[in-house]
Amino acid sequence: MRSLIDILELTTKELDELIAVAEDIIENPSKYSESCKGKKLATLFFEPSTRTRLSFEAAMYELGGNVLGFSEANSSSAAKGESVADTAKTISCYADIIAMRHPKEGAPLVASMNASIPVINAGDGGHNHPTQTLADLLTIKREKGSLSNYTIGFCGDLKFGRTVHSLIAALSRYENIKVVLISPEELKLPDYIKKDILVKNGIEFVETTDLDKVIGELDILYMTRVQRERFFNEADYIRLKDSYILTPKKMENAKPTLSVMHPLPRVNEISVAIDNDPRAAYFKQVLNGKYMRMALILKLLEVEVK
Amino acid sequence: MKVDSIKNGFVIDHIPAGKGIELYNLLGLGELDCQIATIRNAPSRLMGKKDIIKIDADIELSLEVIGFFDAGITVNTIKNEVLVNKTHMQLPERVENVCKCKNPRCITSTEQELSHIFRLTDRENRVYRCLYCDSKLKSYI
Repeated sequence: MRSLIDILELTTKELDELIAVAEDIIENPSKYSESCKGKKLATLFFEPSTRTRLSFEAAMYELGGNVLGFSEANSSSAAKGESVADTAKTISCYADIIAMRHPKEGAPLVASMNASIPVINAGDGGHNHPTQTLADLLTIKREKGSLSNYTIGFCGDLKFGRTVHSLIAALSRYENIKVVLISPEELKLPDYIKKDILVKNGIEFVETTDLDKVIGELDILYMTRVQRERFFNEADYIRLKDSYILTPKKMENAKPTLSVMHPLPRVNEISVAIDNDPRAAYFKQVLNGKYMRMALILKLLEVEVK
Repeated sequence: MKVDSIKNGFVIDHIPAGKGIELYNLLGLGELDCQIATIRNAPSRLMGKKDIIKIDADIELSLEVIGFFDAGITVNTIKNEVLVNKTHMQLPERVENVCKCKNPRCITSTEQELSHIFRLTDRENRVYRCLYCDSKLKSYI
């Protein structure tokens, strides 16, 4: 029995297999519509999330399975002081697989150490969010045709942005990737990620504070939100939240083949006017997330679809 | 200064000068009722000065904790007043409940019964990371 807590637990071969299954689901949805019949997914969301929870639920329904769970800690026994370990043991009696989001880093790992069913980390604080990375990888594959050979820019909050950290880690295993890190000084990518991932894997990277200067070099621009909930200090949040806003004017200097990605939700960092630009890939990314979650559920439940 | 030789037990040698008491406390040696000597600032050819702990009892010594404290330490095992084994410490791959994770966002900050586990992620730079949240912890010294 396997869980997925960190994207790096999956080999590149497994990632390729998941992408292949997701693309097959896109091509042949009816083939998979009964594949999880009789199986139950428990969505244990200890903090609010619209996209990820609904994506998991939609994924399970489209596989013919059922869903149970809660969407905030107040409506679970956690409000009475139940430990994550006990919750995991209890839910193992009711469901076949768990998707857990928790504000505390490491909570899904604790759940996986105690559950007798697979646990998927659906986001643990600012730490890991592997299924977002799966969505990102499928999007890159479908937009660019390959997970190798391109220049990707990450823009915005690179310090607290867990999706950025996970995607950089996942991409570092592919060939000929160039990374451009675009952020204010206060929100730069942490040194340990630069050293342990980029330098260690020989990935070429540059850091800049100026989006305009580098946008023309990019094949992919991965925008991020400056997240209020990651700041201890409201004043710092207000000062930095508008640092990088992508507008049609800025897009004039970008390649016609650029793909703009964003893990969503956005606040104002991508102008709504860009939604109709064919280079906007962020809503496709949402859809791809559902397909990758379907592929992941099938893998962890060891369901084979012929 | 003269400290009697020991019959059966351990000599923990090459402890960085001034750190012997910290290691003494970390190993919980204060709870034992056998003879224990801690020697501070002993002359050392290699280190200039060093601390030494001598334990005159065949106790269960946690080499994992000593290695985590400082990989340069040597543990000599004495049987019948004869040195029978000299162990050079290594950084352990994993330590449990020796240090606490200081990250306020880590699950260990709210769930008190969880073990605090750190795994060695960079031997060269002695970097340990929390098993749960990946927060960095330098080895003890």
